[in-house]
Amino acid sequence: MSHPPSDAAPLISIEAVDKWYGAFQVLRGITLTVRKGEKIVLCGPSGSGKSTLIRCINHLETYQAGRIVVDGVVVNDSVKNIDTVRSEVGMVFQSFNLFPHLTILQNCTLAPMRVRGVNKATAEATARRYLDRVRILDQADKYPAQLSGGQQQRVAIARALCMEPKAMLFDEPTSALDPEMVKEVLDTMVGLAADGMTMICVTHEMGFARQVADRVIFMANGELVEQAPPEVFFRNPTQQRTRDFLGQILAQH
Amino acid sequence: MNQTFGLPEFGFLLGGLKWTVLLSLLAFAGGGAVGMLVALARTAESALLRRLAIGYIAVFQGTPLLMQLFVVYYGLGLVGIQLPAWAAVAIGFTLNASAFLGDIWRGAIQALPRGQTEAAQALGLHYRARMRDIILPQALRIAQPATVGYLVQLIKGTSLAAIVGFIELARAGQIVSNTTFEPILVFGVVGAIYFVLCWPLSLYSARLEARFAAAMR
Repeated sequence: MSHPPSDAAPLISIEAVDKWYGAFQVLRGITLTVRKGEKIVLCGPSGSGKSTLIRCINHLETYQAGRIVVDGVVVNDSVKNIDTVRSEVGMVFQSFNLFPHLTILQNCTLAPMRVRGVNKATAEATARRYLDRVRILDQADKYPAQLSGGQQQRVAIARALCMEPKAMLFDEPTSALDPEMVKEVLDTMVGLAADGMTMICVTHEMGFARQVADRVIFMANGELVEQAPPEVFFRNPTQQRTRDFLGQILAQH
Repeated sequence: MNQTFGLPEFGFLLGGLKWTVLLSLLAFAGGGAVGMLVALARTAESALLRRLAIGYIAVFQGTPLLMQLFVVYYGLGLVGIQLPAWAAVAIGFTLNASAFLGDIWRGAIQALPRGQTEAAQALGLHYRARMRDIILPQALRIAQPATVGYLVQLIKGTSLAAIVGFIELARAGQIVSNTTFEPILVFGVVGAIYFVLCWPLSLYSARLEARFAAAMR
């Protein structure tokens, strides 16, 4: 992957963010700037705070100190700001979270119609375009439960894309999938990256990280421990904790 | 004067049935509308709304319907508010039914996976759209058997309206029984009428359930 020019404007800026669950601090002074078009892979042991961090970006979680700014809009308790950020940042979940009572097409058209006020015909045309792009257009009139896990996750990606977001957050998108379905979802994400989408992916798929990431970031105990371009990150990690983690992950794969 | 149980007596029972149906409809419409508000308040983000809903449910589930009807009809009369009997009964049933339906629907809303709300939020859907398009359609399907079960209870519960002078089906049965001295026959007929009213509802509910299940498969 080619690196975006370093002077590109920051799209997502996370500044000294702290978060506690009661007395337990899950995020410790996280500072991270993501430029437009940049692809970030976040990895780390479970409980390290990586999912929590990306869930703070679209305010599914609150944070107690610091600041997150998305495309010039501060993510705070302002409903207007939260709305703006959520309509511009798409999210894909580990458990897909498709709406089971709606068809695939309706899953994709609901938010553009309700949030953007797009009319039905336009919303359906957009939905068909993105469903085609994730190669699942032929399933448009089925319900989520009729699809395989990999297909459902591709629909979830298309659903997020239908809002034409400026950035996409992926929260362990392949962790709930059977092994044979992981590739179809990763391929979709690789295609998205190639088209220049700004992406933050929480994943342990190191092959994906090598192929797509501009930066790989290792998190542990609520801190950013190490970040580097993948070729450096995998060959020459500087921190012992990163080396231990990579040793475990790569031994499994 | 001893009558036998004939067509006029049966007609009298049907007159009572009319009130039973009407009261059931009023109670279900009122209880459904207010119950929806109770369910939404009970699952709201605001702690105040939640506490109010918890209190409301506790009071109207925890006291007898008979007493509630009494309080609305005679109690309000004592403080100078004279309501027609049907209005008092409609209010009493609305209060009671809304507490039960509100709690049933609250449970169904909370039974949905958290991810449904999160996915809707992440897409930028507001509370209104989230509830109307995502949460309630799923919750009401989950709650459907319990809702119909409660509706059947409610139909039979309308017999309590007799306390404020309503001659609904059960009270009509009592009157006919007293004049004919044929309690077994009369109450047998009354029971059969209730059954004819309630059983199709249960059947319809089962059919709906099967249809939803098929649609989501």
